[in-house]
Amino acid sequence: MADATLTSSPNARTARRRRTERLNRLTPYLFLGPAAVIMAIALLYPLGYMVWGSFRDWDPSQTIGEAEFVGLKNYITLWGDPNFRESLGVTLRFAFFVVTFEMVIGVGLALLLDRNIRGMSMLRTMFILPMMIAPVVVGLMWRYMYHPTVGTFNRTLESLGLPSVDWLGQHALMSVIIADIWQWTPFIFILALAALQSLPRSALEAARIDGATAWQQIWYIKLPLMMPVLIVTGLLRLIDAFKVLEVILVMTEGGPGLSTEILALRISRTATEFRELGVAAAMSNYLLLLLLALTLGMFAFTRWQEARAAKVRMAAEEDS
Amino acid sequence: MPAIHLDNLIKRYGETQVLHGIELEMADNEFTVLVGPSGCGKSTTLRMIAGLESVSDGEIWVDGEAVSHLEPKERDLAMVFQDYALYPHMNVAQNISFALRLQRRPKSEIDKKVREVADVVGLTEFLHRKPGALSGGQRQRVAMARALAKDSGIFLFDEPLSNLDAKLRGQMRAELALMSQRVEKNMIYVTHDQIEAMTLADRIVVMHGGYIQQQGSPEELFKRPVNKFVAGFLGSPPMNFLNGEIEERDGEVFILGEGFALSIEGAAAEKARAHNHKLVTLGIRPSDLRFDADAPAHKVLSLDVTVSEYIGAQSVLLCKCGTETVMVELASETPVALGQTLKFAVNANGVHLFDRETEKAL
Repeated sequence: MADATLTSSPNARTARRRRTERLNRLTPYLFLGPAAVIMAIALLYPLGYMVWGSFRDWDPSQTIGEAEFVGLKNYITLWGDPNFRESLGVTLRFAFFVVTFEMVIGVGLALLLDRNIRGMSMLRTMFILPMMIAPVVVGLMWRYMYHPTVGTFNRTLESLGLPSVDWLGQHALMSVIIADIWQWTPFIFILALAALQSLPRSALEAARIDGATAWQQIWYIKLPLMMPVLIVTGLLRLIDAFKVLEVILVMTEGGPGLSTEILALRISRTATEFRELGVAAAMSNYLLLLLLALTLGMFAFTRWQEARAAKVRMAAEEDS
Repeated sequence: MPAIHLDNLIKRYGETQVLHGIELEMADNEFTVLVGPSGCGKSTTLRMIAGLESVSDGEIWVDGEAVSHLEPKERDLAMVFQDYALYPHMNVAQNISFALRLQRRPKSEIDKKVREVADVVGLTEFLHRKPGALSGGQRQRVAMARALAKDSGIFLFDEPLSNLDAKLRGQMRAELALMSQRVEKNMIYVTHDQIEAMTLADRIVVMHGGYIQQQGSPEELFKRPVNKFVAGFLGSPPMNFLNGEIEERDGEVFILGEGFALSIEGAAAEKARAHNHKLVTLGIRPSDLRFDADAPAHKVLSLDVTVSEYIGAQSVLLCKCGTETVMVELASETPVALGQTLKFAVNANGVHLFDRETEKAL
């Protein structure tokens, strides 16, 4: 240090320091660079392609350049198309019912199984097995179980002397909802259980001493404290439920009629069967907007929560 | 208010027994402090009284009624936890009133009670804050207020001051002492801090290894510890222990050890004479050693001063007696220099003798 002061002039030192500082500032961007390039190629390019394509009357035999530009026509036609509306309605109904039931059952199970009994870890592992099975396999499995004559459900009903049910016919939507609940309740369950187990034990003990019954502990202490986790979990499931495809494709292919044709399925059929790439792209964009709104809602929620926590922390620091 | 009786209380976790027959009487309006090092079973005992831990064997009697099978809420008690255990999603007023709201008391009564206890602990202006927006000391007060609002006969404290900084701890300790005089409750307080125990307790119960070592008034335990553990645990700086042998020479009783030969008299000498084992541990509190250059050689410990810790009016000297370290407390103005060998006379009542095998007081 002493040597450097003697040998270099003040100007040279300032210049060198400035250079180092600039390099330091640039470092994060250099590291981010490769990831940004990959994201541009793998995410932004196809997205832009889809938006661009949605403004065109585009047949799969054409390149995108040959397709005729039609402006917002695809979007407007879709809005007036009863089939699209039906499909959107099916999607909304599906998402609403699966998320509601999965939340209630998943949180309920977590509340029930948050205790130390022998074999509990085994049981918990078994509960999350459905989530690990590939969706196509889940679809096939449930299709066989729902089979009108040889399926497990109807055979069981029959042996009990009850009338059989036309699972994938008359009650198709209900049947696919049940399958989805079976597969995804564990997701809510493990997150709810993790939230429960991170609750402050002593606050629950204080509640017991204050005279809260088991129900009152759940209602006044556990659920309010789990709420931030539950809201984010619910939104994640909702986003996922809007994109569900494989299970329904395998089980019903959207039928009978349009009764289980969720948006993702309709998009794929519009592109492949009806050969209308532009309309399919426009439909994808509608779905994208819906999911974007949900995602932004989720971010807004976490931001709001963080802001509130920061405000609280600041107030505490002022006082101490 | 009620009298509590722990009747041969035993706690087992699987095969391991952690409490071995706790026998304890706590009278009306008594401030009892359970004190001991971590793992001694004091918190477990308290949690069993609270009903948060099950009783493996024995019984807890409250005013003659067996309560060990009752839920916490059926036991007429309030508790202050070490980490305060506030409900993070409720504001101060809601925290304080939670028990009353569960009892479905009328709103006017609840409001009145909340204002009352908030006033007692000085929280009136913070009633609408959430616990996250309070400092450690304020949270501690909320926990206290919540317990006070319940109007229970038994008040349990589980190391309530250990998360506070030293200054605040001293302040809260004084407030607690004041409060315990004002409210008529049976208080049971768990701590590992012997100063809290000494200052707050009507009665101290020293625990170690799942056994009660000794119980009594702070003075009683300080002056007449029944064993080496209690002697070493209470008092700051702690009691010095030196191994020695009893020997009688010309009718005088000596304790001989490495680097010292101390003649003792009075009650301690009588006890030493009557004791049939020769090997003992000599215990002397740092405050019972007095700098005295002119005292006769058989009445003093000659100590090499190695470190002097100045703490204001008093200084603590760390000295060597043979290979053992001995601490001496003396007025700071006493002229001592490091490296000197000094003579310290022992106060007549300051000699404690313990059997080296059993560690029991003679």
